[in-house]
Amino acid sequence: MAVVFEKTKGLTDAPFHYCPGCTHGIVHRLVGEVLEELGVLGTAVGVASVGCSVFSYNYFNCDMVQAPHGRAPAVATGIKRCLPDNVVFTYQGDGDLAAIGTAETVHAATRGENITVIFINNAIYGMTGGQMAPTTLPGQITQTSPYGRDTATAGHPIRVCEMLATLDGTALAQRVSVDNVKNVMAAKKAIKKGFENQINKRGYSIIEVVSTCPTNWGLSPQESIQWLRDNMLPYYPLGVYKDVTEGGSSHE
Amino acid sequence: MSEKVLMKGNEALAEAALSAGCRHFFGYPITPQTEISAYLAKRMPKVGGVFLQAESEVSAINMVLGAAATGHRAMTSSSSPGISLKSEGVSYIAGSDLPALIINVQRGGPGLGGIQPSQSDYWQATKALGHGDFQLYVLAPSTIQEMVDFVPLAFEVGEKYRVPSMILSDGMLGQMMEPVTLPDSDSATASDKPWAVTGHKNQRQRNIANSLYISTTELERLNIERFQRYDEMKKHEQRAESYLTEDADVTVVAFGASSRVVRSAVNAARAQGIKAGMIRPITLWPFPVDAIQKTIETTKEYLCVEMNMGQMVDDVRLAVEGKRRVCFYGRTGGVIPTPAEVLEQIKTLAGKEA
Repeated sequence: MAVVFEKTKGLTDAPFHYCPGCTHGIVHRLVGEVLEELGVLGTAVGVASVGCSVFSYNYFNCDMVQAPHGRAPAVATGIKRCLPDNVVFTYQGDGDLAAIGTAETVHAATRGENITVIFINNAIYGMTGGQMAPTTLPGQITQTSPYGRDTATAGHPIRVCEMLATLDGTALAQRVSVDNVKNVMAAKKAIKKGFENQINKRGYSIIEVVSTCPTNWGLSPQESIQWLRDNMLPYYPLGVYKDVTEGGSSHE
Repeated sequence: MSEKVLMKGNEALAEAALSAGCRHFFGYPITPQTEISAYLAKRMPKVGGVFLQAESEVSAINMVLGAAATGHRAMTSSSSPGISLKSEGVSYIAGSDLPALIINVQRGGPGLGGIQPSQSDYWQATKALGHGDFQLYVLAPSTIQEMVDFVPLAFEVGEKYRVPSMILSDGMLGQMMEPVTLPDSDSATASDKPWAVTGHKNQRQRNIANSLYISTTELERLNIERFQRYDEMKKHEQRAESYLTEDADVTVVAFGASSRVVRSAVNAARAQGIKAGMIRPITLWPFPVDAIQKTIETTKEYLCVEMNMGQMVDDVRLAVEGKRRVCFYGRTGGVIPTPAEVLEQIKTLAGKEA
């Protein structure tokens, strides 16, 4: 019998613990597929960060290190400096990357650290039960912004790709979504480019995936996708914010 | 290399790290450890190694975590306030069962404290450099030669038991110069690291460096297993120097820089007919309980001398088990006690008023 579809070898057989409608599962699959297609599963080392995706060390079919909260870029730096020919990536959420790990993120990018960063932005702390994140939208209700995020006291959301695009060490800063088939395909292409950049020693690549958190948003999976389109995408426009492979300067 | 060279403590330690096969240093500037970073910034590129000045102490120790996970010998150095910042990463390194080397060239505290020599991070190094049930292997050098010799030892013992190691130095040992014999370059003994995260090459099971265990029984089992290794260390890795202790009435306990002062005071006491001796703990963890307990029968009075408000004295009292009185004399804030001050203390305890 002809095989028409197979699960990627980039993922283990461990069942995901993610909630129904959460987009972590799609992004995991895309990363797994890209690692498999590039033939780098045997040399890949992933860094799991604190948050819902901390258990990604059970899912990605490669060697993994679990980092303290926010420190994934620093841990990845240590790995990459020891194993420059291996493929090293981090998989981080918004609280991890843009709050407690902002310094690690900015400096890994500005050093042009030759790693690939998958950034899940769902505007909330998922694992701890739905607190305000650095990317929580103005007015968005969370456990710790029960009256809606008041920018007068809680400040404004951070647009990570726009910020990192200003740094010379950043090779790729691209924001994608996985809310429909077309965007899933585009997200995979961006993730692949992020890993190819590393193989070609171009420096720091970040792919931000605007994502859902139905459980903590208090919405059904379907409503979450719509909420993402209506609220997240206007604040976090999809697009390429920096790409040195398209006529830009190459960073060695 | 067998000839002696005159070197500053921090630089000698840095050179010893290269001899020990360490090619990955991650640091952040702070006085009085600066020469370690500066020396390795010069030398690492020449030997194909990595010197990386991180954006913070927090990042530096996490870079060490990543490097250690790959099985490479990696280190960081700092001074007291910077070591506090590293405590998060040290706990994760310990929880992930990774060997790595952390250097603390101590200065006075708490807070920003001062920049003069101190031993006030004894508690931190031996009891709680981070959250959770864990220990570091802690070595306390008292000479520049020991600053050199303890680097390979720290790596080797750390790798044997899969624990992070610390060399607890201080601003005096870091800044002073003494003649030292440096080890042959690359005299390092390589150990097998089947746990290293290097990419599975499709040839083995995945390796995962991790400290997260949601299952209570699994976390308990791993902590118990780790403490079984600590018990082995307590049995086999205690180190101490006993100096004139066989017949000593007054046994002084001191480590690191303060032991240099105490040695002079003990010699002066002996010259005056007072039977004084010294136990110098070399491993602060595991604490050399055996060396101290050997002296309980013959010692009349114990005196613990430290450059802090009295920290190691707790461990000395635990070792003596209440069988003898243990007194304390210390200077703090970066002040170094003089031999004359310590001699006064010894004389008082020996019943000979000054």
